Amino acid sequence: MQGFFLGCGIFLSLLMFLSLVRTVAGPTAVDRLVGANAIGSKTVVLLILIGLIYERVDMFVDIALAYSLLNFIAVLAAARYFQKRKGFMPGVPQEKRREDGSR
Amino acid sequence: MIAILVVVLILCGLVFFTGGTVGILRLPDLYCRLHAASNLDTGGSLLLLAGLALFNLHHFSLEALLTSCKILLILVFVFLSGPIATHGIVDAGVRAGLAPWVKGEKRE
Repeated sequence: MQGFFLGCGIFLSLLMFLSLVRTVAGPTAVDRLVGANAIGSKTVVLLILIGLIYERVDMFVDIALAYSLLNFIAVLAAARYFQKRKGFMPGVPQEKRREDGSR
Repeated sequence: MIAILVVVLILCGLVFFTGGTVGILRLPDLYCRLHAASNLDTGGSLLLLAGLALFNLHHFSLEALLTSCKILLILVFVFLSGPIATHGIVDAGVRAGLAPWVKGEKRE
């Protein structure tokens, strides 16, 4: 069972690198936010997997809980930041922006 | 018996994670990518964390039960926070005036 968890952890790390591609290359700031959110939700699972591999899951589960809280707050704060600045979206091509920025 | 259930749950969760990551990489615009990402958040985390909580109970004791309950609490929190974060990102995109992708446009 340990080997299975180790393989799952390595696979999750590879998926995190693939999400990092979108975080680095995303055309708009919000696309980067999507990639960062995906990496964070994978990290929570990866932390518990690491805890099961090292048989210290009682310690790692608290870290995972704190990490999921931090991930949520960070994503929400960044989303609200870009919502306050209407039209401020580096990387959006000019013709894709609506003129008034309303719904 | 319980090991088979754990392996099935974890593999299903990994399928969700893989699909979500491929969607984030390949879909054409922000709203499509966000759909894949929110599936990854809730579905993958549900299956994987449920599997890990079940595996943690294979040597039954009070401490293991407490740890499993904490993992389930993480699960409940992810279920509350994931859709809220997704909604916040969509709202930011809509208010910034990011127009949805239509068929025939160039993929970014």
